[in-house]
Amino acid sequence: MGIVLYRIDDRLIHGQVVVGWGQPLDIGFIVLVDDNVATCDWEQDLYRMGVPPEMEIVFATVDEAVRTHESMRADVRHGILVTPDIETMRRFVGRVSDVLEVNVGGIHHRSGRVQKMRYVFLAPPEESELRSLIESGVRVTAQDVPTARPVPMAEVLGPRPGGEKP
Amino acid sequence: MNNPAEEGGSGSDSEPRAIVAGHAAFSEGLVSAVEHIAGAGGIFLPLSNTGLGAEEIESVFRGAATQHGITVFFTDLPGGSATLAVRRIMRSDASIVLVTGANLATLLEFAFHAADEPVEAARRAAEKGRASLMAHGGP
Repeated sequence: MGIVLYRIDDRLIHGQVVVGWGQPLDIGFIVLVDDNVATCDWEQDLYRMGVPPEMEIVFATVDEAVRTHESMRADVRHGILVTPDIETMRRFVGRVSDVLEVNVGGIHHRSGRVQKMRYVFLAPPEESELRSLIESGVRVTAQDVPTARPVPMAEVLGPRPGGEKP
Repeated sequence: MNNPAEEGGSGSDSEPRAIVAGHAAFSEGLVSAVEHIAGAGGIFLPLSNTGLGAEEIESVFRGAATQHGITVFFTDLPGGSATLAVRRIMRSDASIVLVTGANLATLLEFAFHAADEPVEAARRAAEKGRASLMAHGGP
């Protein structure tokens, strides 16, 4: 129980998360970890609108998520923790000791990003950050919906280019 | 009643009056069905969120609305990324009207009243779509 999915998704809370994962995993709560959303009432109202009444949504900064992670893990319900980007997830994972797997659900096209998969585009700094997350021992897989095959990001990225430091 | 198929003024070749947006080919399918039934698919501009991040969805929707002078959006899931993008646009543009959970009955109703005042036409379309949801059969 507790958090059953740690997900990076630049759309944060949307159909794939609430319905696609929420239904089969019987999700009772979602923790949205984003320093900007956590301090903006308007954005929070927007995301609340996308969550059914039986599903709790918690907004947290990275600091708050780190502080409350133990209680999230002990929750009797199933939960999803979602961050908007790799950097936020890495900051979070780096300060807690028990996140073993991270799901990449969607990092979409933006200027400067290169396509790695249908729904994964990475800029060079993001790719480096993702490699660091993998090298820290976290299993990182890309999987947009539960019925898709989880694809190890280590395979997608291949070895670090020669000479590049983690 | 304004029948776009009969009047020809709001049929497939007309300027779009509303945007239909959602996941994958949701909007394209619905608009195709409107065209098939009423010859009025041209009233709607179908847009998809496929392959786009949150900021890009908003940018594409905003651009399309501005380009065509559209103030009415129909989306699929009330909490989907298309809906969230339109809600963000509404924050800076009070003229925008959003109908979520759109279905074929919703769009057909709007198509037949597309010449009406947009807010009223959108509200009527929402009511029609809601009323079309029924469960039949069972013990």
